[in-house]
Amino acid sequence: MSAGSRKSKATTFILVHAMLLVVSVVVVVPLLYLVISAFKTEQGFLEYLFLPKGDGFLGIDWNELTTDQIERLFKGDIGIGRALANSIFLSATTAVLGTLICAAAGYASAALRFRGRKSFEWLVLAALIIPPPLLIAPSYQWLHTLGLLDSYAGLILPAIAPAFGVYLFRQATLQSVPSSIIEAARIDGAGDFQIFAVIALPMLRPMVGAFIIITFLAMWNNFIGPQIVLQSAEKQPLSVVIYQTQTAYYSDYGLLMAGTLVSVLPVMILFLVLQRDFISGLASGAVKG
Amino acid sequence: MNAKAKPKSNFAPYMLIAPFMVLFIVFTLVPLIQAVPLATHHTFGPSATQYVGFEKFSQALHDPRFWTAMRNTLLFTAGSVFIQLPVALGLAMLLNKPGIKGRGFFRLLFFSPQLVGLVFVAVLASVMFQKQKGLVNSLLAGGADWLRGLPLLHANSWLPSRSDLLGIPWLETLALPTLIITALWMYAGFNMVYFLAALQNVPRELEEAAMIDGAGPWKRFTNVILPSIRPVGIFVVLLSVIGSIQVFELAYIMLREGVGVQDKGLTLVTYLFKSGFEIGDLGYATAIGWVIAVMLAAAAVTQRVLQRREMTA
Repeated sequence: MSAGSRKSKATTFILVHAMLLVVSVVVVVPLLYLVISAFKTEQGFLEYLFLPKGDGFLGIDWNELTTDQIERLFKGDIGIGRALANSIFLSATTAVLGTLICAAAGYASAALRFRGRKSFEWLVLAALIIPPPLLIAPSYQWLHTLGLLDSYAGLILPAIAPAFGVYLFRQATLQSVPSSIIEAARIDGAGDFQIFAVIALPMLRPMVGAFIIITFLAMWNNFIGPQIVLQSAEKQPLSVVIYQTQTAYYSDYGLLMAGTLVSVLPVMILFLVLQRDFISGLASGAVKG
Repeated sequence: MNAKAKPKSNFAPYMLIAPFMVLFIVFTLVPLIQAVPLATHHTFGPSATQYVGFEKFSQALHDPRFWTAMRNTLLFTAGSVFIQLPVALGLAMLLNKPGIKGRGFFRLLFFSPQLVGLVFVAVLASVMFQKQKGLVNSLLAGGADWLRGLPLLHANSWLPSRSDLLGIPWLETLALPTLIITALWMYAGFNMVYFLAALQNVPRELEEAAMIDGAGPWKRFTNVILPSIRPVGIFVVLLSVIGSIQVFELAYIMLREGVGVQDKGLTLVTYLFKSGFEIGDLGYATAIGWVIAVMLAAAAVTQRVLQRREMTA
């Protein structure tokens, strides 16, 4: 290899990393802005963009920062504590039930033989193309008929049987649960439920992790659902409460950013715990897809 | 033992799919079937309805707001496909270069805006794109001041003034570009993950062979890389089109009154939502829902045709 080519390689190396750093800044600045603004007073928000200059550590006036906004969120009439609890309950319930239901159906359609299996597979594939916006208005009318408006059941029950979940778990079973293992367990006298719960589910772990994140995030960020189904203020999750805060406290940016930060942190933590499963599940699905 | 296990396996599969089937029928299939009659009714809230035949569809055809929403939605979709996806592919190619330090870290970092979630990204963006005190305009004004301070540019008048930059109406008349920029920030890293997974499956020898044959970077990109990632590319385009046609939360939460000034950021799902739940006409909302359904079906069929051509080629 010539010296010139080595030199151009080094230039490329520096150039590529410089570009990555620029993109990183673009990605990080809004996130940083969100975190910093959550600790500013209303006045402070208007006076400086990021951190206030001063005599403190790193030339920043740390005393200007405050947790007042976060305290206001929990103490005042905004009631973000209750909204946070509502969101956690709704999302966790949906994630656990949805994952179990989809894993069971997906496993059955991939690994077990039964009459009507072909029709079931066809149904799941057909259901993938049902467009959610089409169901918004009829679902509202139907939930009204069923008497499920303003109840958590009206929000959770429609969310825990997504067809794409069955499809994902069917693919994952075909890929990572060998039929020889199922056969061997059956010969040893294990029943189908036992094989599913004790043998298949642990082997499906990456997909379970990915799907828990997907369903949890979907409910956490569900905005149109609670807007339509829930009426009582004390039942609303964070997504709606933050939106209402935005409308009611229009120019109270610090408060708004504090509320957003409180809403986003639990999801970030869940993701960091499960991210290895998530990225590998997402990536394998894409390549096979 | 074996004889005992056999009859069990006949009944177990049905028990395993039963919870899904029951919920799917009650909460997806029934509303789907009801979407047919509901689109032919005029409603005032959930219970008062009146049969009007296909009037709701002709109402849409003659409704200028509906066409504004259609135009905005298609432009937003075009922005996703022609701006956001090339950026995502570019990022993936940067990260796929051999010898990148901290590849996993960058991948997680670029993906992270996705984790903030639509509603909360929309709230954050609505603050950042504010006219006078928002971060975006403040940074633009600061950048212009800095440029003015440079000796060579000192007397230049082509730079917009500070007050012009602070007054850029992102959430008002520039609603649509603002939506596209926000979606770019949020989803480029997400789509990059797909592209990166596809690129990592392209054998490096293939590119090296092309390089030895004297193919330049652009030739290598169009003749080696693009064909190799085509299947994933088609899949990502489809996902992006499907998601963009359904854009709602970003627009509804970010923009002034949920639509921007003069409906500049009104989208189809926003209009569906407003028709059904602010005006109370569930029939009209459902008719708009059918239009969206046809658009999504068209996108899916196009993808199938492209993929089939792939297989026969």
